Amino acid sequence: MSKPLSTVTSRFIPIPIENIDTDQIIPARFLKATTKEGFGKNLFRDWRYENDDETNPKADFPLNQAQYRGEILVAGKNFGCGSSREHAAWSIQDYGFRVVVSSFFADIFKNNALNNGVLPVQVSDGFLQKIFALGADSELTVDLARQTISIISTGESESFDINSYKKTCLLNGYDDIDFLLSIKPEIETFETERG
Amino acid sequence: MESNNHKNSSSLSSPRTGSATLFEKIWEKHVVKTIEEGPSVLYIDKHLIHEVTSPQAFSGLNKRGIRVFRPKQIVATADHNVPTLNQHLPIKEELGRKQVEALIRNCAEQGIELYGLGHPFQGIVHVIGPELGITQPGMTIVCGDSHTSTHGAFGSIAFGIGTSEVEMVMATQCLLQSKPKLMRITVDGTLNKAVVSKDIVLYILSKISASGATGYAVEFAGSAIRSLSMEARMTICNMSIEMGGRCGLIAPDETTFSYIKGKEFAPKGADWGQRLASWKELYSDADAVFDKEYHFNAEDIQPMITYGTNPGMGIGVSENIPTTETIHETDRSGLAKSLAYMGLQQGAPIKGQKIDYVFIGSCTNSRIEDLRMVASFVKGKKKAEAVEVWVVPGSKQVEAQAIKEGIDKVFDEAGFQLRQPGCSACLGMNEDKIPAGKYCISTSNRNFEGRQGAGARTLLASPLTAAAAAITGKVSDIRELL
Ligand code: SF4
Repeated sequence: MSKPLSTVTSRFIPIPIENIDTDQIIPARFLKATTKEGFGKNLFRDWRYENDDETNPKADFPLNQAQYRGEILVAGKNFGCGSSREHAAWSIQDYGFRVVVSSFFADIFKNNALNNGVLPVQVSDGFLQKIFALGADSELTVDLARQTISIISTGESESFDINSYKKTCLLNGYDDIDFLLSIKPEIETFETERG
Repeated sequence: MESNNHKNSSSLSSPRTGSATLFEKIWEKHVVKTIEEGPSVLYIDKHLIHEVTSPQAFSGLNKRGIRVFRPKQIVATADHNVPTLNQHLPIKEELGRKQVEALIRNCAEQGIELYGLGHPFQGIVHVIGPELGITQPGMTIVCGDSHTSTHGAFGSIAFGIGTSEVEMVMATQCLLQSKPKLMRITVDGTLNKAVVSKDIVLYILSKISASGATGYAVEFAGSAIRSLSMEARMTICNMSIEMGGRCGLIAPDETTFSYIKGKEFAPKGADWGQRLASWKELYSDADAVFDKEYHFNAEDIQPMITYGTNPGMGIGVSENIPTTETIHETDRSGLAKSLAYMGLQQGAPIKGQKIDYVFIGSCTNSRIEDLRMVASFVKGKKKAEAVEVWVVPGSKQVEAQAIKEGIDKVFDEAGFQLRQPGCSACLGMNEDKIPAGKYCISTSNRNFEGRQGAGARTLLASPLTAAAAAITGKVSDIRELL
């Protein structure tokens, strides 16, 4: 029940830092909300602003640099490690990203992203470095159906893995709960049989 | 220390050929069905919830117009956002109060048992599950909190989930999960003096890094692990998520069974005998194959401390901070950034570093044995003047036991503050925060930038090493003080 996702062609925002944990993506003090909306404005809050002050953005952080924009976030290895807070995925989605590219993702983050219609694309270290080396106006294309990511200016491309069930969900914009509810009778049978 | 086994990766669909790991034995009993080329539908026995990651799940159910499917398999508590002083008064901070109120309302509407503020069973979700006997071997257990891995110490598959998954389990008592790869970490031998389970897990982390177990379910084994109490085992499984592990688990044994026996929700009477017999089947067969194995010697482990901003950045307390040349490859690029944040120098000793705060608490180390360990060292001593020391018990039951044993008086005389149960300064969310730039020795599990408050500098260590710093005011080698 999220927006279907098939192909994204866009410029990208690079954050070439490894082990970006969920406390950086969305600091704990913003987890007090009881709804899912509005987390985008606090994405990377402490890296984005000086002293938590929205009128004082840190000039060297890519999200604050006008030349970087787009629906694709490209980050260093082991992205999303740390806590299970889904708020991290919500803030990335709410900010407007549809794809996150890294050479490695933490497990829980990967699931959370997929459950919110954000596609994690795992590429090789070499390909990631190639992207980081590109100019700010370069574009990437992520084609979910063909499971490829390409650099438009050079034509270089790499394929990525995604399990076919998740892929179908993303392409159609339906989620795991829709599926599980549809098999509830089987779940009840399982409960009865195991006693 | 490392070996890779190239097991056929199609183990998901192929039936077992006789020998199985502990993880596989539990997993297979819980698979409702497997989607072709997709994940499995995994049945969940116990679902633990708290105020922070559940409100959006409840509202999701309401939006779909459905109710919680199996409310009796859910247990709720309030822990992350609660104050640790004056819990009898209304929560002052408005948003935190709203979350706790939402939990009370949602649990009442859906018929879910809640151990909220003021209840004698209230506490950190991963402390109360085991101490109430809710956590049992062979179960599947989930919670919207990554340290759910703690419960694996009982030989269960226990892992953290996101809020969409919390909603999924509320709606159907199931999750869609792909079977992780399997890793075994064996620690054999006898532990050195003053080395405790927190040191074991920080040591393993320093060797395999903060992403060394990503994608794996990790079984901890070996004579050093077997020798540990249940509470000490929980500390290790708790931090398996810090290695990136999907979950951590330890085969149940006599230590496990006698810990559970007699607990509030433990099986009783004839039921006990039956369950016990099935729990005794829960171990990895001698010829079971793991995708990856590590072996460590207990004798090599010293009291540990972290110097950086991920839990893999740890050293022996008497060692020097690494330099770019000596550090583990995966942490190389982050070293300069980490040390700049921490205000520490490459190659410098960590011992002697001045400390401002000591935090003894969190689901890693806030159980009665942790408090006893600290009290027995601290008894008759006084904290260093400039240090603020917070001891936060993991639950009301731990608090009550500490008072019963007179531990509260030992702390009082030493100048330590014994506060009320909750997550407290483990995460910068409730009122307990470490101020920017200050150094805190913490028995919690994460030293990320800002984890204990914006700008706070966290050094992770065992309760003993934390207690040593409380007395001396600086990072100290506990072995020199005993
Ligand atoms: S004590 Fe810390 S790690 Fe444990 S559940 Fe609470 S916030 Fe999470």
